[in-house]
Amino acid sequence: MHMADALVAPAVAGTMYVLSTGAAGVSVKKVREENDPKKIPVMGVMGAFVFATQMLNFTIPGTGSSGHLCGGMMLSAILGPYAGFLTMIGVLLVQCLLFADGGLLALGCNIWNMAFYGCFVGALLIWRPIMRKGASRIKIIAASILGCVLTLQMGAFSVTIETLLSGVTELPFTVFLATMQPIHLAIGFVEGLITAAVLVFIYEARPELLWGIGEKSSAEGKLSLKNTVLVIAVAAAICGGAISLFASAFPDGLEWSMEQVAGTSELEAEGGAYSAAKSIQETTALLPDYAFKGSESAVGTSFSGIAGSLVVVLITVGACYAFKFFSKQLKNNS
Amino acid sequence: MNSIEKNLNELNKLETLQQRSHWMNELHPLGKLFLSVLYIFIVVSFDKYDLVSLIMMSIYPIFGFIVGELSLKDGLYRMRLILPLVLFVGILNPFFDKNVLFYITSNGVIPSDLSLSGYSLATFTVIPVTGGVLSMITLMLKGFYAVLSAYILIATTSIDDICYALNLIHVPKTIVIVIMLIYRYFGVMAMEADRIVTAYRLRAPSQKGIHYKAWGTLVGQWLLRSMDKAGIVYESMLLRGFKGDFRIKKKKLKLSDFVYPALWIVIFLFIRWK
Repeated sequence: MHMADALVAPAVAGTMYVLSTGAAGVSVKKVREENDPKKIPVMGVMGAFVFATQMLNFTIPGTGSSGHLCGGMMLSAILGPYAGFLTMIGVLLVQCLLFADGGLLALGCNIWNMAFYGCFVGALLIWRPIMRKGASRIKIIAASILGCVLTLQMGAFSVTIETLLSGVTELPFTVFLATMQPIHLAIGFVEGLITAAVLVFIYEARPELLWGIGEKSSAEGKLSLKNTVLVIAVAAAICGGAISLFASAFPDGLEWSMEQVAGTSELEAEGGAYSAAKSIQETTALLPDYAFKGSESAVGTSFSGIAGSLVVVLITVGACYAFKFFSKQLKNNS
Repeated sequence: MNSIEKNLNELNKLETLQQRSHWMNELHPLGKLFLSVLYIFIVVSFDKYDLVSLIMMSIYPIFGFIVGELSLKDGLYRMRLILPLVLFVGILNPFFDKNVLFYITSNGVIPSDLSLSGYSLATFTVIPVTGGVLSMITLMLKGFYAVLSAYILIATTSIDDICYALNLIHVPKTIVIVIMLIYRYFGVMAMEADRIVTAYRLRAPSQKGIHYKAWGTLVGQWLLRSMDKAGIVYESMLLRGFKGDFRIKKKKLKLSDFVYPALWIVIFLFIRWK
């Protein structure tokens, strides 16, 4: 489910970075408040463990295919949501840099799609309520499967939304969604089974290692102010993103009023000052009309354009080899 | 060779590249990190039909691979993980976006707004280029460039240096330390995973993966050992004076640390807003 850089537009990547940074900020604060210096090395080693375990293939009976552990759910069941989330950030960054699994720009999206849902939703909304009155094998299996299935479904849904908002695919929303969700339902179920098998073993061998067992929530029966604000903020961000798809096609209130009064939504002005200001605006505006300059045009694509750019590429290749040759000569002489 | 061995080999190759003596390795990590992110940002910001500008943007990976003496084969090999999703998203574009942008003919290129009725179709071949085909190509190119630029970064910059750069931009220390620890222990864990898989294979030679009856015990025991290892690691860190922070040696800034990124930024901006 790792998203590549090519699948995200800068605006979507930036928004997801902001959201993920917010969740990381809360997690860092919570981990600091816990004031348990031993937790940091455990986070590092557990991160490396999850990373390495994801390379193991678990045979799925009767299918001939294989699956792997659900990292987010596993980490939050052992480290808790906050430390688990920070560990997942580390895992995703190292995966992206070392093995190109995911992208640098898409890291915010990947953190949100995999770490946020896996750790926060998985731990706080599924694992903890189920384990509140103590753990059992059945409860662990139920929480693991439910957690993996739900968080993967949310992650897959986010991938669909982020890709469509980025405008890189012509796939209709329903087709994309109908492809992504069922695949991840099956993956989630298998990952849930594997995670459950490992967590049940831990529960039987060393139950004290599992997080949130028999722990009563301080805000039991009601939503705390912080949680309420967080839920509203997330809902607003999602709704804002979805509604803006439709809203952007219509004029805003001011434009509507101008259209009613003047018959046009853009007023024309003449004069030296206006034209000077317009030329400054045209030169400096990064996102005229909420799009990158020239983004609507296919003018740049013509045969002569492509041929010209290929010539530039060939010259660059030649120049690079010349640069390499002369720098080696220089090195040999000195 | 199993997937763990392949990953370990890839990691060893990267570490060898990071430790070699090359001027690109000596550059300040913050500049290289910023440059990589900016490059990817600019590449993905191009319109889905803007093939010309995207071809021009190839000069950065070309420079990095030739001058940086990196293997293009290794760079391309890294595409394998992101390729399925990128392919899935892009491959259907030609079926949904059938709007013809221009025609490639044996007599040259004809824009789509010109009628073909005046031409005798028997005299030359006509290949219509639709928006879907173009957007599929640009999507692939964007994915390709992003992976190659990230490879240039990681092949010339160690994880410790990247953590140093993250520290400079005030990424919380907890995250930076966790990243460093994950990287340091990943090799150890992967070798342990390799040993487990080898031992398992020797006991069950015809088994393709790990049987479901062994899922819990095999990984669970390994996890318990890892937790114990984490405790030992922590104690040994305490004995060596660990106080919740890593000391990273400051890097001195050179003129090339400013000139190299500045030149590329000018080139990127020129291509983007030409």
